[in-house]
Amino acid sequence: MSRFLFTFIVLFLIWLGFTTSLATAELITGAVLSLIIASFSYKTFTVEGLGFFSPRRVVLIIKYLFVFMIALIKANIDVAKRVISPKLPINPGIVEYKTQLTNPTAVTILANSITLTPGTLTVDVIDNSLFIHWIDVTTKDPEGIVREIGEDFEKILKEFFK
Amino acid sequence: MGVVEIIGWVIIVIGVAFLFLGALGLFRMPDVYSRMQTATKSVTFGTMGTIFGVGLVHPEWFWKTLIIAVFIAISNPISSHALARGSYKMGIRPFTKEENMDDLEPVVDKSEDEEE
Repeated sequence: MSRFLFTFIVLFLIWLGFTTSLATAELITGAVLSLIIASFSYKTFTVEGLGFFSPRRVVLIIKYLFVFMIALIKANIDVAKRVISPKLPINPGIVEYKTQLTNPTAVTILANSITLTPGTLTVDVIDNSLFIHWIDVTTKDPEGIVREIGEDFEKILKEFFK
Repeated sequence: MGVVEIIGWVIIVIGVAFLFLGALGLFRMPDVYSRMQTATKSVTFGTMGTIFGVGLVHPEWFWKTLIIAVFIAISNPISSHALARGSYKMGIRPFTKEENMDDLEPVVDKSEDEEE
């Protein structure tokens, strides 16, 4: 039930965002459609249900978004510099990143965040190893790789999915 | 023109600049993976910037553009990951300057042997 409610709330919020209108007809249509879609999809949509909205987690989500936005902006300035520079300063290679996360959702979020942050692109995920194409390989030491690429994200995600 | 509208235009211009850099990167990079790097990062940021900027210029669209930006942030890395993985499975190896810069190769070779 909690999972169903969670799906319904998220879908309804998206509907509100897209219609941006509080007319009764819009609200009823949105509620009915969200109910129908939620009843079909809540099993695949979420594992956790309403527990997702606990205050501790909301704080973590905001913290994560903050870290993520800074990393995203840094990534873009970094890539822009490499593209503009006439010498094309790159030293690409594929490195193995061993993650401590076990939850599949957490690994997915980590892989996506890594793709969007400085100079890294997730090529493949096998068990607990992420294989990352790194545009400027500075270290081959496994701990160094974790520290350089995704330690901040991993810390927050580990706490979130505890 | 209000302050919010001016900020919106500035964000749009920044977004377009990054889209241009992404396109330039496609020409300059040596192999498919490095190209994917510029194509993912600059294009995600550029598109999010332009859409978010439009939301600020037209406040009545703000929530729509915010949701679209979130969807782009979720879906764009997934598609580029799928492309990169597909290229690797096709046998395209990344361009590297030194030896032993490809940790994935031994793993993939092993799994292919097992399949046979």
